[in-house]
Amino acid sequence: MSEQTKTIFSRPETLQETVTHYCPGCTHGVIHRLVAEVIDELNIRERTVGVAPVGCSVLIYNYFNCDFLEAPHGRAPALATGFKRLRPDMIVFTYQGDGDLASIGMGEIVHAANRGEKFTTIFVNNAIYGMTGGQMAPTTLPGQITTTCPAGRIVEQVGEPIRMVELLATLNTPAYLERVAVNSPLQIIKARKAIKKAFQYQVEGRCFSLVEVLSTCPTNWGKTPAEATRWLEENMMPYYPLGRVKTPERSEGN
Amino acid sequence: MPGVTIDKNHCKGCELCVQACPQQILSMSKEITLRGYFYAKMHDPSRCIGCRICAIVCPDAAITVNTNGTQFVLFDY
Amino acid sequence: MRSQEAGRNIAVAKVLMKGNEAIAEAAIRAGATNYFCYPITPQTEVAEYLARRMPEVGGVFLQAESEVAVGNIIFGAASTGKRVFTSSSSPGISLMQEAISYMAGAQLPCVILNIMRGGPGLGGILPAQSDYFQATKGGGHGDYRLLVLAPSTIQEAVDLTMLACHLADKYRNPVMIIGDGMIGQMMEPVEFPEKYTEPELPSNDEWAATGAKGRKPRVIKSLFLDPYKLEDNSVVLYKKYQQMKKEEARFELYKTSTKNKILIVSYGTMARICQTVIDELEAEGVSVGLFRPITVFPFPEEALKKEATRKNIESVLTVEMSMGQMVEDVEKVIAGQRPVLFFGRTGGIVPTPDEVKERIKNLIKKEHGTRKQAAKTASKGKTSTKSKAKSKKKG
Repeated sequence: MSEQTKTIFSRPETLQETVTHYCPGCTHGVIHRLVAEVIDELNIRERTVGVAPVGCSVLIYNYFNCDFLEAPHGRAPALATGFKRLRPDMIVFTYQGDGDLASIGMGEIVHAANRGEKFTTIFVNNAIYGMTGGQMAPTTLPGQITTTCPAGRIVEQVGEPIRMVELLATLNTPAYLERVAVNSPLQIIKARKAIKKAFQYQVEGRCFSLVEVLSTCPTNWGKTPAEATRWLEENMMPYYPLGRVKTPERSEGN
Repeated sequence: MPGVTIDKNHCKGCELCVQACPQQILSMSKEITLRGYFYAKMHDPSRCIGCRICAIVCPDAAITVNTNGTQFVLFDY
Repeated sequence: MRSQEAGRNIAVAKVLMKGNEAIAEAAIRAGATNYFCYPITPQTEVAEYLARRMPEVGGVFLQAESEVAVGNIIFGAASTGKRVFTSSSSPGISLMQEAISYMAGAQLPCVILNIMRGGPGLGGILPAQSDYFQATKGGGHGDYRLLVLAPSTIQEAVDLTMLACHLADKYRNPVMIIGDGMIGQMMEPVEFPEKYTEPELPSNDEWAATGAKGRKPRVIKSLFLDPYKLEDNSVVLYKKYQQMKKEEARFELYKTSTKNKILIVSYGTMARICQTVIDELEAEGVSVGLFRPITVFPFPEEALKKEATRKNIESVLTVEMSMGQMVEDVEKVIAGQRPVLFFGRTGGIVPTPDEVKERIKNLIKKEHGTRKQAAKTASKGKTSTKSKAKSKKKG
């Protein structure tokens, strides 16, 4: 009479059971899970190497069930370059925040993308430096208040925020670039598709792939997790448009 | 009947699942976990449709979704 | 016989090669067929040679966007367990220090060639030995050391490059070879072994990031937030350095004898110039010996102490192409038992044998005239600063 109970959603194998140190509501956890689900689905866990950044996700290697390298701040794309060039048969991904990738690591990511290094980058953009307590990032929005711009970001003094996907899209070398968000169920579902596409391109050995993921930082934005998801939609999405896509088949579209 | 289990060890009380549930059957408990968080729970399991949205937004992979037959599949995942 | 042909395993006895290119070929022969670089004078020929040669041996060659990138690329490359080689010169080596510190902390092997040039800053492009501190005292942040080899001929550079590849794997530590612009640029006859062999080592697959198949995931990292674990890590590193001190210290003596009154301590190109000086002085009836460190870390302390404190030695003269860096290690080893003096030129100046000879002759004159003074200054142990000031005036 009673039917079999089936599990229709559970923790992916590539995500360890470890309770993370992330703040309640931090979308790093969502993005970690999406990447882990994709690695499971593509069946690449046993030949995947991640490259950890410096930032809130510095301990990412404690949460994933695959080999990891720990990079100096900003240098993950260089480590990934060296590793992938010697082991092109393995799947290499970097996971970086906005300070790591767009500030100190700007040189490394631009050149890795320009050389068309065949690894995947997950770029977590929350418009702030989380780990060090909420300082201004290259992606901080005009007028946004942080500890190192307490009067809000004044663009006349420090310039406008950097749109990384658009910047990298100007390079001629073919790549897969897309911007997504994880502040709502709909966006998370789309983000998962983009992350899967990014890894798929690497499995096929096609090109460099990067997914920019608009994310929340409730703690340093001074909001509850739920409020933070709304702040992202109202403030970040207009400046960082979703669906900016470059694929190896065609140059910047949409 | 679909249903969810929320792992008290992982739940950090962020309330994103409460916000996201289309059936609005999740709410925060009045007790705290060993880590000091109020945890989320289903207050009306009979109305769960197994859509998995709560598990999808959970940053801690704390939610497992089960069903013994019925499931509303609202999207590809 | 042109250098390119030498690489193609044609059986010849000797080939005339430029230092930079010979070292590059030596790395390949020792299996370091993965090379990442950035051009910088006076070592760019290493990169250009390997750009041509690497495809021939099926290796990996990449010119990256900066030495910062190169240092980190070799971290990633070394994490595969394969042999990795890079080369640069002083300012570029400075840029690599962060990555080198990380590699030491994460226990990654690699071989780094520093063809030293005049510094500090942009400095000059001519030979110098001004990176001794940087190479032997760490260079980057944290508690670690590099194994550092200092060749003085191109043949020795070839031999030490191949040794470096082995030692890097043996100790799971970056190994640095310090040459200078002279060694990089000049041409000398060199021989490569027909078949390269080395003592057996455990496979790097035991620690490398090979993919978590059938085993727990590995993390190649240097972060230990628990201070007790971080100290443990440094203790592990220092055990290796103790082993290096016991097993790897190398040096060479030149015309040391009981007739010497002065012992010269010098390395690299400078040591060769001192050898010429010693020969010329010998012809004039003056007996001087040379102690030449081949490893500057581990510094051959026991051996130097033994040679320098022989009854016949009255003083020790350290000669470097710098303002005086190795002299501090010499002072430390001799611990006031003999006066330690210094002669050096820097900025890219390569001293002539005559300059060095002049300095030695003055030293002898002073010694014969003022033995009491020498004994006084020996007990103070601080003569080297005086002599540095003296030699500056001479320049």
